[in-house]
Amino acid sequence: MDAAARAGVTPQQYFRSQARWTPLEIAFWLAAFLPFILFPTHLSLASQIAITALFALSLDLILGYAGIVSLGHAAFFGIGAYAAGLFSKYVWGEPITGLLFAGFCAGLVGFASSFIVARFKHLTLIMITLGIGFLVHEVANAAHWLTGGTDGLQGVRMWPIFNYFNFDLWGYTGYSYALAVLFIVFVLSRRLINSPFGLSLRGIRENSTRMAAIGADSRAHIRKIYTISTAIAGLAGGLLAQTTETVSLGSIDFQRSADVVVMLVLGGAGRLYGGLLGAIIFMVARDQFSGINPQFWYFPMGLLLVAVVMFLPGGILGGLARLTARWRNRPS
Amino acid sequence: MTTPVLSTHKLNKSFGSLVVARDIEIALPRGVRYALIGPNGAGKTTLINLMTGMLRPDTGAILLGEEDITKLEPQARVKRGLVRTFQINSLFPDLSALESVTLAVLERRGDAPVWWRELPAYREAADEAYDILKSLSLGDHAYRTTRELAYGQQRLLEIALSLATKPHVLLLDEPAAGVPKEESEGLFAAIAGLSGDITILFIEHDMDVVFRFASRIIVMVSGGILLEGTPQEIASDPRVREVYLGGAHHG
Repeated sequence: MDAAARAGVTPQQYFRSQARWTPLEIAFWLAAFLPFILFPTHLSLASQIAITALFALSLDLILGYAGIVSLGHAAFFGIGAYAAGLFSKYVWGEPITGLLFAGFCAGLVGFASSFIVARFKHLTLIMITLGIGFLVHEVANAAHWLTGGTDGLQGVRMWPIFNYFNFDLWGYTGYSYALAVLFIVFVLSRRLINSPFGLSLRGIRENSTRMAAIGADSRAHIRKIYTISTAIAGLAGGLLAQTTETVSLGSIDFQRSADVVVMLVLGGAGRLYGGLLGAIIFMVARDQFSGINPQFWYFPMGLLLVAVVMFLPGGILGGLARLTARWRNRPS
Repeated sequence: MTTPVLSTHKLNKSFGSLVVARDIEIALPRGVRYALIGPNGAGKTTLINLMTGMLRPDTGAILLGEEDITKLEPQARVKRGLVRTFQINSLFPDLSALESVTLAVLERRGDAPVWWRELPAYREAADEAYDILKSLSLGDHAYRTTRELAYGQQRLLEIALSLATKPHVLLLDEPAAGVPKEESEGLFAAIAGLSGDITILFIEHDMDVVFRFASRIIVMVSGGILLEGTPQEIASDPRVREVYLGGAHHG
């Protein structure tokens, strides 16, 4: 950013320009409608991508913005999935209330664990989140009478959305629903990131010692964003349960926790869109490669991951941002 | 005499057998510019760490005004007006100068928990942050990322961040560390120009600067306070000379 070019910009205008929607962003969200036209037979994949993107977005809020690395985030995805599944089984099949219930349950457990999470850093923190993941997974596994254990939760039946849009076999409703939820949560997250609270989170990521020296209560901030993040992860899990009408232990296992970190790192953490892009790449690659060879699809994924972290430390989006910055500052 | 703004009573701290603070008794009145001097390892930074709560004393008490703050968390002390800067730049590398200072302003005003309003709505906070940067001649660099700033500018940003918290007492740990001599004059001129309501204690090795900007000087040696006095008293004290001549042999 050239300081001279910014001369005459007031502080308020500066912050406004930071928060403004760019044409690229608008293009991205318009492109989200393309699957309806281009891939009408792949809408269930598109819906899985939207759900995974929501999950990656939830991780980005804590990892990318507050610098909290979690290897157990699937715990909250899974809690949301089981909560939504059980809600439809024992209460009713209305999707919106079921989804809110999923987010609430995950957020509640997230809030409880946030008191531990906010106290630790680095490896200790990673191990704690990993442990939380294992704990929740084993609880779901052991509570066979409730969750169906390894057999999965059966008997999830959803009512139509707004009592009108049926969940069809082709996934029109599923993708529309997942995309709508993703978009709403994204807009709220974007607002959060551009708020005073979002600025404080970036401060924690950049230098948590300094935060104390300017009078900030970092732990309170961390507890809050962790609770928000886990609630969003729960929404993503709830969406999966509702759109697939089943919940398996796979929704809560370590693999899912690891995958979402990989997606975020691939796409670029701390950029809101990094998780979305990572989810698209990851899910499409899995769909394509596992068609060729179902056992070895992690091989190209591993290659890609190693290459990205070696050569593009900010992920794919970080690399692109550096390229455009260089292009803008080129000597003319 | 009125109550000192910041005082310590019988402050002690040891790491194993190494005593880093020995019966520290100081009392800083309002608005005074104190220099804290002493050879390397005398415990100057440790004293700042103790007073700001980054370290816990083994025994003793710290009072801000009449309130005992010995057990308070660092951020709670900042909220009460006891603020420090760091000897090694401790900034937010990826935030712009304006974002960093606005962050500190918003934290002070209690707006930091708000997540549903975007930053452009906080015009006063942004303007206040900009004014602080301008007062330290960083106005032209407000929109640059911290890591892009020159080293001397980063030292000024350290001070800008602390000013944004509206301190009553400001503890500056070698504010000019690493800054070329010709720039450090300007930096201290900026410090000298701060509001007379702020009590300042700064650690500094350059004696020219110390004698120019300090109204009183505290000399520390191996964890204890050797003496305290006006620059003239300190300059003429034979013990101080001995300490500094002794220290000179290490170089």
